[in-house]
Order: sequence, then structure tokens, then C-alpha cells
Amino acid sequence: MRDLAPFCPDGLHVSNLRIARDGKVLLDVPDLALEGPGPTMILGPNGAGKSLLLRCLHGLIQPDAGCIQINGRKLSPEDRTQQAMVFQRPVLLRRSVSANLDFVLKRMGLGRVARRDRIAELLVEGGLQGQARQAARSLSGGEAQRLAILRALACGPGTLFLDEPTSALDPAATQKIETMVLRASARGVRIVMVTHDIGQARRLASDIVVMQGGHVVEHGQAQHVLDAPQSPETRRYLAGGLVT
Amino acid sequence: MRSFAEEFSFALTLIFQGDAELWAIVLLSLQVSIFAALIAAALGMPIGAALAVARFPGRRALIVLMNALMGFPPVVVGLLVYLMLSRSGPLGVLDLLYTPMAMIIAQVVLVTPIIAALTRQVVETLAEEYAEQLRSLGVSRLASVPVLLWDARLALITAFLAGFGRAIAEVGAVIIVGGNINHVTRVMTTTIALETSKGNLALALALGTILIAIAVAVNAMVSTLTLRAEKEGLRHA
Repeated sequence: MRDLAPFCPDGLHVSNLRIARDGKVLLDVPDLALEGPGPTMILGPNGAGKSLLLRCLHGLIQPDAGCIQINGRKLSPEDRTQQAMVFQRPVLLRRSVSANLDFVLKRMGLGRVARRDRIAELLVEGGLQGQARQAARSLSGGEAQRLAILRALACGPGTLFLDEPTSALDPAATQKIETMVLRASARGVRIVMVTHDIGQARRLASDIVVMQGGHVVEHGQAQHVLDAPQSPETRRYLAGGLVT
Repeated sequence: MRSFAEEFSFALTLIFQGDAELWAIVLLSLQVSIFAALIAAALGMPIGAALAVARFPGRRALIVLMNALMGFPPVVVGLLVYLMLSRSGPLGVLDLLYTPMAMIIAQVVLVTPIIAALTRQVVETLAEEYAEQLRSLGVSRLASVPVLLWDARLALITAFLAGFGRAIAEVGAVIIVGGNINHVTRVMTTTIALETSKGNLALALALGTILIAIAVAVNAMVSTLTLRAEKEGLRHA
């Protein structure tokens, strides 16, 4: 592994993270530091443990062992409120588009006028201003995912986890999502995103984590990992070969 | 004896000429059953939602019991409520037997498990779908209950209407605890049973026609709500 700091004073640091079920190791990450300035992409074949790692980092799954630190201290419940996650299949509340955004803004304690103004800003950001009153569940796949990202961003997260947000989308819808991700990253939101799309990783990533069989097999700057992969698993994955 | 056509014609006359006795019975039936369904919803929906969201020892047994209570024989419910409200029963001091309140209690006992079971099923499936997203948004298990109830609102209105339909069509329990007293506890179903046995088929037919119309209206509302929910993507499972 290259380009890894032994300790990350400003970022996410994972040490000795381990999850096993029925004697099978699903995740075993001795050391991983996500400290780059731009989006981090997690690549790897199905079952590599990418989504599991993302859920651990977000606190949705408690690991059997290990520690997750943020900015040099152990991740606390308060820190987790500074995170948000977008899932592969967006889960939208059975309400209108604006009501989905209003739900999180209300939880943040914003008043009626502040919420209305913020919703208007978010809808413009996601290109959904024409669908404010539409039932969220009737949006197209791309629109639904954009709303899910807007809702996550409405929380004002320091870190945004995205689990294959474009896996079921066409190139045009994917481009819109990528633009939103890059804008959020430019505003200082730490992006950690799982993808199978190597082209997408090349377009977005600052650094890339490659996983296989629950292990991180390579982590480094995007250009290095994509152009000169060190591990045989990464080389096979990038070459489109079967990785088991 | 009049022919069926004559009886039915007389029944329609009773309905459309606004027969005071007939409409008083209809009004009492609606009052008792709507009130019972509302109380059952107030009890059953939180119980169903709690069973859907909470995890505790014996939860599965409670769900089985609640589902079993959906098929509880109405006459047995009537008998149990009768025993509770009779002078020698634990609630005898309230002097509720043979009053509309006794019929409401019997219907609440019958309908609450239905609404609770339907609510549990609806909310549990929705809770599974929302679980990770709500946790990601920092919503606790307890705080998720109102979110789930609101988002399942159309399905819950359907559950309420199903409970109301069960209540207004009920005869066995209300005749035991209500006593079918004229102008006091006589509702549509008990009057139909009584008047048929007396040979007063016109009044029985008139009430039967109204009861069927109510059942059709309730089902039409359920169907409309279901269609609307599907159209808006609000329907759950």
C-alpha cells in the first residue's frame, strides 16, 4: 500500500476493523486513513466489503472489533450527526419532494421561513424546482437519487457517504449526480463513495481504495492506482478480469 | 303475505320517505360503530406500530395472539363483555349493560385486534424499508413511529375503514350486551334479525339495503384510497 499516513490527524482513520459472521471474515481492515482533499472512491468486486465498510464508517453497523477515528479522536454519536449517507436504492419518504427536504430541515430546528428558503435553494441545486409538490416516489430514478443527495446535503454533513448512487442510471443522469458530488466536495464536504464504474472513479476520485474479500488491497492517489496499480488484485480488477 | 317485490317497494318507501324509526336506528348504528372504530383505532394503531418497531421477548407470541384475536367469535366477545358489565361482574358498578356504551365496548374489543394487526403489518414492512435511512438521518426507533404512521396514512385509513365495516356489520356481540331495546340499543343488524323473525320484512329489507349501501361505500372509499396511493407511490406493500 502507498500514500498512506500512519495516523490521520484530519480525516477518517480506521484501525483493526473486523466483522465476521458464521466464522467467515466479511471485513478485515487493519489500517485505513481517508485524509485526501477530494472524493475518495471505493472500488472492488461484488462481495468485497465496500458497502459494509461504508456502513461501519457511518455507524449503521457495529463492527466486532476495531476503532474509527475522526480528526484524531474516536467517532462519537455527535460526530455521526455530521455525516450523511445516500444508498444505492434511494429510500424516499412517502411525501412530496419538498416535504422530504423539509423533514430533515425541521429536525435540524430551522424555522418555517428558513426551511422554505433552504428548500428553494436545494431544489435549484438539484434541478428539481419544477417537482417540488410532486410525490417523491413518482420521480424517475435519476431524480429520486438527486433528491436523496439533496436531502443528505440538507443535513449539512462534514462527510457524505454514497453507496453506488449511479449504478442504475443512464449517462445523463449519472453526469448530474457527479456534478452534485463534485460541487459538494468543492464546498468542503468529505466524499466517500462506492462505485463499480472505473471511468467514474477516474473522473471524480482524489484517492482510491480497492477492496477484495473484505480486505483493502490497495489505497492511494487515484492516478497512481488507476495507471500503475501495485497489487495483482487491483490489476486484474482494472483489467476487467474475474476477481474472486 | 306480501310478495318480495311488494316488500321491497315498501322498504324503498320507508327509506326515501324518511321513516323516523328507520333513520333513528341507522343513526344509532353509525354513531356506535364510528365511535367504536375511532376508539379501536386510537388503541390499535399505537399497539400495532409498537409491535412493528419494538423488539422485546414475547413479541412474536403477542403478534400471534393479536392475529388470532382477529378471528375471535363475536358471540364469545359479547358473552365476555356481558360478564364484565353484568351486576356481578367487575365493571357492574358502572351500570353500562344494555346501553349504547356497552355495544361500543363490545365492538372496540372486536375491532381493536383487526386494526392493530393491519397496522403492525403495514408499519413493519415500512419500517424495514426505512430502517437504514432513518438511522442515517439520526431518527431513533421511538421517534420513527410518528414518521412511519404518517407515511402509512393511506393504508391506515384503509385499516380504519376495515374496522368500521366489521363493527357496523356485527350482530352477535351487540345483541348480547345491548339487548336490542327499542329506541335505546336497537341497531341495524339486531333490528334486521328481530324484524325478520316477526315477519316485518319491509323494515328488515330497508335496513339491509342501507347496510349494503354503507358496505359498498366503505369499500369504494378503500378502493379509491388504494388507487390514489398507488398513483402517488404512497402505497405500502
